[in-house]
Amino acid sequence: MINDNSQHLTPGALPSSMQLTRDGQLKHFLNIEGLPPLLLEEILDRAEQFLDLPNKAQNKAPVLRGKTVMNLFFENSTRTRTTFELAAQRLTADVVTLDIRNSATSKGESLLDTIRNLSAMNCDMFVVRHQHSGAAHFIARYCPPHISVLNAGDGYHEHPTQAMLDMLTIRQHKKAFPPLKVGIVGDILHSRVARSQIHALTTLCTGEVRVIAPRTLIPVGIEQMGVNVYTNMEQGLDDLDVIIMLRLQKERMHGGLLPSEREYFSLYGLTEERVKLAKPDAIVMHPGPVNRGVEIDSRVADGSQSVILEQVSNGIAVRMAVMTMVMSGQAKESL
Amino acid sequence: MSTLHIKSARLIDPANHQDVVTDIVIEAGVISAIGTIPDEVQAEQTIDAEGLWLLPGLVDLSVYLREPGQENKATIAHEMQVAVQSGITTVCAMPELASSIDSSERINLIRDKAQVAKNAAQVEVIGALTAGLKGEQLSNMGSLKKSGCVAVTQGLAPFSNTNLLRNCMDYAATNELKLFYQPIEHSLLGDGCAHQGAIATRLGLPAISPSVETTAMAQMLTLVEDTHTAVHFCRLSCAKSVELLAIAKDKGLPVSADVAVHQLFLTDMDIADFNTLCNTLPPLRSSRDRDALRQGVADGVIDAICSDHQPHDIDAKLAPFQQSSSGISALETLLPLTLRLVEEGVLTLAQAIATVTHKPAEIIAKPKGSLGVGQAADFVLFNPDKSCDISLQSLQSKGKNSPFLGWWFSGGVEIVVIAGDVVYH
Repeated sequence: MINDNSQHLTPGALPSSMQLTRDGQLKHFLNIEGLPPLLLEEILDRAEQFLDLPNKAQNKAPVLRGKTVMNLFFENSTRTRTTFELAAQRLTADVVTLDIRNSATSKGESLLDTIRNLSAMNCDMFVVRHQHSGAAHFIARYCPPHISVLNAGDGYHEHPTQAMLDMLTIRQHKKAFPPLKVGIVGDILHSRVARSQIHALTTLCTGEVRVIAPRTLIPVGIEQMGVNVYTNMEQGLDDLDVIIMLRLQKERMHGGLLPSEREYFSLYGLTEERVKLAKPDAIVMHPGPVNRGVEIDSRVADGSQSVILEQVSNGIAVRMAVMTMVMSGQAKESL
Repeated sequence: MSTLHIKSARLIDPANHQDVVTDIVIEAGVISAIGTIPDEVQAEQTIDAEGLWLLPGLVDLSVYLREPGQENKATIAHEMQVAVQSGITTVCAMPELASSIDSSERINLIRDKAQVAKNAAQVEVIGALTAGLKGEQLSNMGSLKKSGCVAVTQGLAPFSNTNLLRNCMDYAATNELKLFYQPIEHSLLGDGCAHQGAIATRLGLPAISPSVETTAMAQMLTLVEDTHTAVHFCRLSCAKSVELLAIAKDKGLPVSADVAVHQLFLTDMDIADFNTLCNTLPPLRSSRDRDALRQGVADGVIDAICSDHQPHDIDAKLAPFQQSSSGISALETLLPLTLRLVEEGVLTLAQAIATVTHKPAEIIAKPKGSLGVGQAADFVLFNPDKSCDISLQSLQSKGKNSPFLGWWFSGGVEIVVIAGDVVYH
């Protein structure tokens, strides 16, 4: 592709303000941080409309007819990729999924070159997952302006659609956010999901947000994101309305951050006894896939307070909502 | 040999406590007279320097030349001309893994390239402390010394073990080579790329704690006490390091230190939008660290300010933050930023000039950076009434990776003289 504008290729700041159009509509969806509460609520409202479509598996909403969505997965994912594919298909877009891990970049092609090549294929939306923080911002900054970028997880930074489907799940069960106490348990240090959840919860004025983990898994300065830090599981669970468990990656044992899965479960695993420390009507969430017996007991994962499967179905609706919003933001921007 | 007569310049020479408007005469590359010049002196060239400052040529303790090996990033001839235009008359070339300076052949190659270049800064070479900078085996420091190395360093590369580090210190001392030590505990560094704190946490970037620097520093200070070898600490970034250094100096240990000039201005706030131009190693720290570094320079605990010039091709910075290369193209901002510290009330003018001239020269034990009679005539005529901005167009270095684009500075270099020859006008 020929460089139409050499200034386009200047390195510099990648401000997240670029995810909004001049009139405040969503153009890209890169991070939750800094988005206004009304916009988050609009995403939830739209997602609920998609959930209410009768016979939703068959009926399609032809909102993205003629549009092409390209899933760019630089990092392994099954669930997120599938829900993005389904969301795009239900909106009648053409969907292409590229597993880039094993192709271009491993041959030494830079991310910039990969993006420029793919941009030339005339698509309208990139769904990006990448192992490095800020990769989605980078792609949004350096791809042609008619392409919208949805962040499906960048490094340890953000995973905004996951956080929004979690917010939808909470809203379905708890109505309003201000009275709620929400605890996020697990590997906060390496979790983009936790960061997006924290931003979403604080933006929606949640009463209290806690992070619960051993100190080896809590990043320095997390309090400044508006959370209370607990290293004791029992104290952290006390009086919660929502318990969000995070997935524990096995490689944390090798990095010297934790001694063993067994010890982790004994200290931080969510058991039936520990659930009782929270409010009686507390809900239990998990972004999946669940490590049974590592971070959560099977009886809790499958128990009456678990809403884990609802999260999965909400995932498709939230991604449909975000896709329609960025496409209408994009249409207005190009007028 | 020609004679040069500079008339009515404001001579600022902190080494000799001079700040006066005077004339100076240069003969055969050497300053032959300062003060009122008798009328009978007939110079071949006379420069009327009224209103201009006459400063010693800058001595820059850290420049990555990139050549041989990475000519896509920069070439010696070109960058050394840029150095001169920026008022820097002597640079110290740092070894790096991609161009490790570990043999006399390498040193001669660098010297040849620098000598062939016209109107270029003089290059002093800092040799590799270990063979190939691999951190496994002593380099041939004896021959490095004979080839004229002013110091040896491991730079940003790790040591395989502390025993080797200790042996390096003893062997460098045997060869009367000063050890330049960049305090980084690599096992704590990991894949870190940003200062540990709220900003790295928010951005999800692997963090570099201050202890990456301070544990290495504390260990080295213990070894200095033990081995009685002189060590120069490079590119300090943390408040705590300044504290450790102050204590060591109070004890009378033979230590000195420098700071990269960008650390005195930028903080981790500057990476808040994933700005890869602000990706540096050591990372940009908190404003508290920056203020402590400034105070450290003002108090004389930190001896010198350097550019830590690391030119990159633009692709090296066009990547997600963690994948981008660290370093700043900094030759052209060394003098303007240092003088800005005077404007901001951090340093006196004499202090500021000293930190980039005779103090770094003392660290490499070279008779440079001052303007006494009989000394080499390496100096800069600086116009304080000019102003200039840093832009992609104005940057002459092959590396355009400067986070200071768009900054305005007062003052500008008018004329540069090396060994009595006008090399920039």
